[in-house]
Parts: sequence; structure tokens; C-alpha cells
Amino acid sequence: MKDQSLTRAKNPLVRFAISNAVPILFIILLIFAVPLSGFSTDYLLNEIITRLGRNSFLVISLLIPVMAGMGLNFGIVLGAMAGQIGLIFMLDWGVVGIPGIVLAMLVGTPIAILLGLLAGTILNRAKGREMVTSMILGFFINGIYQFTILYGMGSVIPISSNKLLLPRGYGVRNALDLLSVRKVLDNMWSVEISGVSIPLGVFSIIAALCIFVFWFTRTKLGQDMRAVGQDMQVAATAGINVDRTRTLSIIISTVLACFGQIIFLQNIGTINTYNSHDQVGTFAIAALLIGGASVAKATIPNVFIGITLFHLTFIVAPRAGKELLGQAQIGEYFRVFVSYGIIAISLALYAWRRQVEKETERRRAKAAIKAAIEDGTGG
Amino acid sequence: MFESIGKLIEKAGWPRIIIALFLLSLFAIAPFVNISIGTSISDTIVRFAMNSVLVLSLVPMVQSGCGLNFGMQLGVIAGLIGAVTSIELGVTGFAGFLTAIGIAIPFAAILGFFYGLLLNRVKGDEMVVATYVGFSSVAFMSMMWLLLPYKSPNMIWGYGGSGLRTTISVEGYWLGVLNNFLSVRIGNFFLPTGTILFFALIALLVWSFFKTKLGTAMTAAGSNPVYAKAAGVNVDRMRILSVVISTIIAAVGILVYEQSFGFIQLYMAPLLMAFPAVAALLLGGASVSKASMGNVIIGAFLFQGILTMTPSVMNNLIKSDMSEVIRIIVSNGMIVYALTRKMKVRK
Repeated sequence: MKDQSLTRAKNPLVRFAISNAVPILFIILLIFAVPLSGFSTDYLLNEIITRLGRNSFLVISLLIPVMAGMGLNFGIVLGAMAGQIGLIFMLDWGVVGIPGIVLAMLVGTPIAILLGLLAGTILNRAKGREMVTSMILGFFINGIYQFTILYGMGSVIPISSNKLLLPRGYGVRNALDLLSVRKVLDNMWSVEISGVSIPLGVFSIIAALCIFVFWFTRTKLGQDMRAVGQDMQVAATAGINVDRTRTLSIIISTVLACFGQIIFLQNIGTINTYNSHDQVGTFAIAALLIGGASVAKATIPNVFIGITLFHLTFIVAPRAGKELLGQAQIGEYFRVFVSYGIIAISLALYAWRRQVEKETERRRAKAAIKAAIEDGTGG
Repeated sequence: MFESIGKLIEKAGWPRIIIALFLLSLFAIAPFVNISIGTSISDTIVRFAMNSVLVLSLVPMVQSGCGLNFGMQLGVIAGLIGAVTSIELGVTGFAGFLTAIGIAIPFAAILGFFYGLLLNRVKGDEMVVATYVGFSSVAFMSMMWLLLPYKSPNMIWGYGGSGLRTTISVEGYWLGVLNNFLSVRIGNFFLPTGTILFFALIALLVWSFFKTKLGTAMTAAGSNPVYAKAAGVNVDRMRILSVVISTIIAAVGILVYEQSFGFIQLYMAPLLMAFPAVAALLLGGASVSKASMGNVIIGAFLFQGILTMTPSVMNNLIKSDMSEVIRIIVSNGMIVYALTRKMKVRK
């Protein structure tokens, strides 16, 4: 209740500070940590630009399920896995450069659609606990993915290139080199401004995606999703097919995550076949939340602010930890702690606020009924 | 005839039946690929005993309506603090084990209390919040293991002179204090009687607790909070109490695990510890809102049976170790299945 009265504070400055508490906290943290790390501005700027190019697509893929009221889609790892399968086939067929990236996306898309359909169907059976279900579903599909890649590829699924396979003849190697497509999107159209190279190609793809998301919210389907996100029952009475709309939001998210992972990996230049996707969900979600998003509301500015703050913390934490406590390892653990901790706190705050709102609503209804009864007996 | 089979399948659920059949077939194949059934059963029992208390620790929270405790790592951390402190103090044998428990319990109670307060504020979203509370606490403790001033040369890094090692052996302290108590050994067959008795003792305590007035009130708070409140039960307090109990049992559970396993695993090792325990409980027939001692025993046995049997049988059968992949699929598949089932209409 205290919480609520604070969000309704009169002073606009106080209101702004409270509704953006998380990003502000991180900015304060960084004000101390950045000078302590001793990195040069040029270096940090370069790193941030690279990481914005690398991660934005993945983080944006989270937005649509939030709009549909399904919370943060931990299941974007499903899309990431589809993207990796696309890349494995691309490597096997020896297609290089931008055609290779397009091919990987074409192969990944149907897999992502199927996985998204599966996830959407499962999440419709777990209404009210979508987030935990999507997270565990990610682990589960990871098992299926590993099974397919480790035992199916090269034995049932034909893989012709021996370079990709383990020495025993089936199963894909742990690490695959993406030399043939490394940074092709980044270098497609890249400008250097005073020592900071800006991959305009990737940024224009991201800009196109932002416009797509913006346009999408204005379509019929986008409006339906918003209605479903507000209140499923009201939406159903209005004639919206709730389950179908929710499934579609997850499918779009999964397909976007598939593209996002391909863009991410072409920048990195290698695939860790069995781990590259592991942390995709956690990191994307942590970044989005640090950018000021919540379980029910996430916007495009949240994405970019979040990635900048989160990755700046990532870059400076180990060095700051070393300067402060003499151990870089502490900084490593600190950043893991920050990414998990921020998710825990944001989710808890959101759930708490919702509970308080419910409580106030109930009390108000009760008071209204009481007043009505008193009116009746009095008159 | 078919109807009754259908009913039975519906009652047990397809995943459970598939997994039970899978385990049975593993045992059936075992003799043909030169695996001794005796050793297999013995291994299964040892691992069952080792994990049983951790699985049991989930029950109070499920009963009180807090859902599956994906934040079990908090209790595990309390247990780890107890374990390293007892070694630091240099207490050996059964006394050392009891010291570890004695130190772990107050930590678990305090952590559990605050954890319970938090979970009361996020009703309906307990599980996802719990997961990330568990994850972040493991990361936080990783920093602490580096910084805490432990001195015992058996535990700290040799070269730096500070910071605890990632794995610490309990040999010479309290390795197997429960496992070897009254243990039976016939050839390859080994029965860790002490651990099983210890588990039985705790299970009995929890079981009888749920028969008391307080325990019944806790179950009522879980199965119908509105009704419980009307009947004068303080639902929030019941939930906190259940979280404290769960956390304490988890702390004891990890110590039972370590005395059998032989090592204390620090840093990120406890990160995913909650998932296999949750999967085992669900495999035993529990749901998100209801669990019994029977679920714990059956579940832990089935789950550990699969973990024990798959590596050996599969290795001999196809010359490749599939156990890790199968573990991931079985445990997470079980959890997804449980989460998607419609809540039963509550009495």
C-alpha cells in the first residue's frame, strides 16, 4: 500500500525516481565502478556498441509475449536452439557469407515455429504460471536438443562434413568455428567514427525490427494481444480467440529469438554447441529488467537502456572487483549474482505490487458493499 | 478390464508409467549386458538414501500451498555453512556431523524465515521468484566462500592462502558416518542402514507433525486458504513456518548427501540442485499442491534408479553415455508435466 501511494506521489521527480528505481540504481553503481575499473572511454564505447549490435535482437524478442500478458518468455532459448541448428546445417552445406546467414535463418525458422507452437500450447495449459513453466520447458527442450545433436546428427540426420562430427562418427563437436560467416553482418556496412566502429548493417536490421514491433502493436493481432494481456476473460467475451492469440505471440517471440541467436553468434564467431544457448534467456531478461521493464510492461527504450547498463556492469565488474578486493573472480561472481538477483527482485516487486492492488480492490469492494447495506437499513 | 487399466493410467499419469516401464526394462536388460543386478540395486539404494532427505524437504512447502521449492538452494547453503564450519572446528566422526547440523539449523531457520516473508508477498508467483532467489543466493555465497576467513589448510586454496576450494573432502571428518552405521555388506551388495534409518526418522517426524493440530492447520492453509482463514488459521504464519521447516530439512539433507558422497561442493555446484529433487518428488506422484511421504520414497527410488541404471546399461548397450541427456529430459519433462496439469478441484 505504501508502494502504491508512492507511485502516486505528487512530485513528478519523485514519481520518476520510483518508477525507474532499477536503472537509476545501476547508473549509481556504474558511477563508482567505471572509474575503479580504469578502462578507457574509447574501449568502453566500442564494447557497448558491439554488445548492442549483438544482443538487441534477442532482447526485443521478449517484448511481444509481455504485451500478451504472458510475462517474460524464458522460452526464447527454444528459438536460440533453432537458430543453432540452422547454423549447423549451414556449416555442413558449406554456404558462406550473407547467403549462409540467410540459409541458417531459413532452416531455423520452421524449427522455431514448431517449437513456438509447442511452447504456446503448453503455456496455455499453465495459465498463471507461464514464467516458471517456460523456464523449465527451456531446460526440457535443451535435453531434446542435446539428444538430437549428440546422437541423432550424423547417424539419423545426415551430416556430410566430418569436420563437424565427433571422432566417433556421429554427434556434433563441442565447439564449431563460424569463420565462414564471422561478422559478415557487422562488416556489411560499417563506419568508423574517431576510433569507434559502428556496424550500421546490424543496426539497420535492429531498427527495422523496432519498426516492425511498433507497427505490429497497431495491427488487429497486436491489439488483440494487448486485450488478452489486460484481461483474458474480457478478451474472450469480445470474441478474441485467447489461446490462439497467446500461442501466436510465443511463436513470433521464438522465431525472433532464432534470428537473434544467429546474429549473436555471427558476431561471436564460434558456437559452443551444447552451451551457447544456456544463458540466453537469463541474460536477455536481466538486461530488459535493468532497462526499467516489468513483467507487464516492456518498451523498446527499455531494451537499449537495459543492454547498455547491464553489459557495462558486465565489462567493468571483474576489473572493479580485482581493484577493490584483489580478486577478479569476485567480480565474475558479482555479475552472475547481479543478473540473477535483478530478476528475483523485479519479479518479486511485481508480484508484491499486484497482490497489494488486489487487496486494495477487495477492500474497496467490501467497503462499497458495507456502505450499500448500511444505506439500505438506514433508509 | 480395459476401463480399469485406463483409470489406473489416468491416476498415475503417462509420464510416470513410461518412466517406470523404462526403469523396469533397464533392470530386465541389465543381466544380458553383464551388469550384476545386486550391484545395481545396491547402488540405487545408496543413492536413494543419499538424496531422500533433500526430496523430503520439499513436502512441507507443497503442503502449505507454497508450491515446489525451487529455492531449495537456500537450505543447501545453510547446510554448506554448517559443513565447512564443522571442519574448520576440526570435530570428527558422528560429533562432527552433529556439529554441522547444529550450526546449519539456526542459519537455515533465519534464511527460511526471511524467505518465507518474501514468498508471502508474492503469492501465486512463488515458484519463479523462488528459482531466482535460489540462483542469486548461490552466486552471492560464491563471493562469500572466497571472502570468509576460513583457515583450515584442508579447505583453502594452497597457493593463495585464502578462499575455500571448490570441492572439499570430508574424509577424516565425517565421511560415511550414517552410511556405515549398522551397514550390511554381502559381496557387492551394500546397505547404508544408518542413512536409511536417519531418513526414516526425519520422515516419521514430518509425518507425525502433519498429524498434529498445527500440521493439519498447515495443510488446510495450503488446500483452501479462504476456508482456513475463516476457521481461524493464520495462513501467512503457517506458510512461513512451512518454509522454515523445508529450509531446515534441506540443510540437513545436503549434509546427509555429503557424508555419503564424500565431498562438500561449493561455489556454483548447488545452483541446479533443486530441480532433480523436485523432479523426484513429482515422479513419486506428488502434484504442485499435494505431496506425501509415499511420494517421496517412491519418487526418490524411481529417479535414482534411472540415474544409476542408465549410464551402466546404456554404456554397455550402445557404447556411449546417454545418462546426462536422459536425466535432463526425464527431470524437466516431469516438472513441465506437473505444471501443466489443471489444479484438482479442492475439497
